Amino acid sequence: MKKTLLIVSIVLALGATATAQSNGTLLLNAAGATFPYPIYSKWFDVYHNLHPNMQINYQSIGSGGGIRQLLAGTVDFGASDGPMTDEQLSQAKFKILHFPTVLGAVVPTYEIPGVTGELNFTQKALAGIYMGQIKKWNDPEIAKPNPGVPLPGDDIVVVHRSDGSGTSYIWTDFLSKASDGWKSKVGMGTSVNWPVGLGGKGNEGVSGLVKQTPGSIGYIELIYAVQNKIPYGKVQNAAGKFVKADLAGVTAAAAAAAKEIPDDFRVSITNASGPTSYPISSFTWLLIPAMISDVAKRDAIKDFLKWMLTEGQNYNEGLSYSRLPKPVQAKEMKAIALIQ
Amino acid sequence: MSTATTIEQAVPPAPRSRTFIHRLRDGDEVAHVLTLVFAALILLITSMLVYELWVNSHLSRAKFGWMFFWTRVWDPIFGNFGAAPFIYGTLVTAIVALLIAVPLGLAGSIFLAELAPRKLSDSIAFLIDLLAAVPSVIYGLLGIFIVVPIMRTKLGPALKSALGFLPFFQGPNYGVGFLTAGIVLAIMVVPFIISVSREVLLTVPREQREAALALGSTRWESTWKVVVPWARSGIMGSIFLALARALGETMAVTMVIGNDPKISASLFAPGYTIAAVIANEFTEATGDLYLSALIELGLVLFLMTFILNGLARLLIVATEHGGGHP
Repeated sequence: MKKTLLIVSIVLALGATATAQSNGTLLLNAAGATFPYPIYSKWFDVYHNLHPNMQINYQSIGSGGGIRQLLAGTVDFGASDGPMTDEQLSQAKFKILHFPTVLGAVVPTYEIPGVTGELNFTQKALAGIYMGQIKKWNDPEIAKPNPGVPLPGDDIVVVHRSDGSGTSYIWTDFLSKASDGWKSKVGMGTSVNWPVGLGGKGNEGVSGLVKQTPGSIGYIELIYAVQNKIPYGKVQNAAGKFVKADLAGVTAAAAAAAKEIPDDFRVSITNASGPTSYPISSFTWLLIPAMISDVAKRDAIKDFLKWMLTEGQNYNEGLSYSRLPKPVQAKEMKAIALIQ
Repeated sequence: MSTATTIEQAVPPAPRSRTFIHRLRDGDEVAHVLTLVFAALILLITSMLVYELWVNSHLSRAKFGWMFFWTRVWDPIFGNFGAAPFIYGTLVTAIVALLIAVPLGLAGSIFLAELAPRKLSDSIAFLIDLLAAVPSVIYGLLGIFIVVPIMRTKLGPALKSALGFLPFFQGPNYGVGFLTAGIVLAIMVVPFIISVSREVLLTVPREQREAALALGSTRWESTWKVVVPWARSGIMGSIFLALARALGETMAVTMVIGNDPKISASLFAPGYTIAAVIANEFTEATGDLYLSALIELGLVLFLMTFILNGLARLLIVATEHGGGHP
């Protein structure tokens, strides 16, 4: 009898502490894009240290998976490298808001025998190469903006991502704007029907294939190129200038596009105007439900968004992400009020 | 208590007359039920797998029907999906892998089982079992850093100059493609063939060899004409295990095949396999039709494995009549 009492009291005590814990710590689940994962995990970690009673569990399962899980209601919020389409939004049972978090860029990398310097790529050249219409490195479209560079007559080996990715989304978004032929025949997306080329898995797969294959060209994330010291070329922007991608150039592109940014933040900033804008860059978004019935969760998400837009942005450069331009930050601060 | 035990010991009951309780206590009944449940679980898992694949691919099945098998386009943007290049790539890489791995594996296992000193054989067999446990991503890295460069600079050009008149060895050679994927797969499956075949060859009774030798055959004749035919069905089993692994391999293949959904006769050309495209595109597949098409690819792979395994069984049954195993 005594034994039973003891067991009962232990069970009750354990139960009490367990409820106390779940009352104390608020756990938020999120899933989505892999490209911003390094900065997100940094943010969530720092924010957890500032607010020990709140923890965000983020799974970088890919943008498509993030959108699916959000629609299924298995996560509190999602994340995506491409904005949700009108069709996806209409399928959702609840309203979804987009919040840009950081900016990323994609750069062309190449391996040409005898060429060591930075090449200048016109928009037509990149589109032509990826369409399979420009087949040799000494094609006039490539040679014209690169006077004095000893371009060989070798065949161009095109390399693209084989896995569905936000990087491919930004790249094909840019090519769609650079060439009408690309837009109508191939289109833009995380995976497309590539007219030519080999597929490499991940940034490491593409850069590995490019490095090993003489006469090849590929595209990788700016952050990956910077961290692994992979040389990359300059790209012609909408103003006709050849720009080398760096963090400031990406923010400049976003600032140029910010003037006409729509209220739902679903905007492509590839090929932005302005002489210093780097043309192949993009926002990445958090996808937040507009209606959150759980008050504690709603407040926590709103507080996190405010912190992310202000102090959180200071962590961007350290991890090679560009910060959001000031006007976009201000506009997002206002949009937080839409979460109810 | 003690009297009962002595009586029972003194007069052991006939096995048939034992009660259910007795059999339960002895473990027969429990063992029977437990093993039955586990065996049934396998069946349940398999049928649930097929059911899930079937249900979740209905969008794609409804839209493309049988055309899914013949269509050569895979276009997620315009929603046009076909499995032909992936089926082709899966079959070609598996065939190339087996063409390389079977002679190698068979020769290796015959040496280890019949000719090598037992100590050497055991230590090499241990290493081979280790090889079979290496994760496939390691083989993929081996492929990228060693096989691909050799293929591009040495093996590819050599094949081209020697056999370039065949359509299999024409066209540009990037180092990645069907042949490279087949070679990497062969390296991966050889340990399976050697390990299982060696064990099977070792179980062939001594008398078989002695009888052959007594009839005046040489050592090699007794091995090739008596021992190997005796072990044939086991060796076939090891080859089909290897085939199954080659069909389903994902990581190592996607790293060296070039991931381009095209059908080309040249083994130098880049291609794609079913397992590789599912692994590559599943996470970012937005849109219901796209996802459904990827799931239907899974169903196709399941079907291919099923058919090939069935054919394998038939082959074993057909060759059994030719003699060998009693």
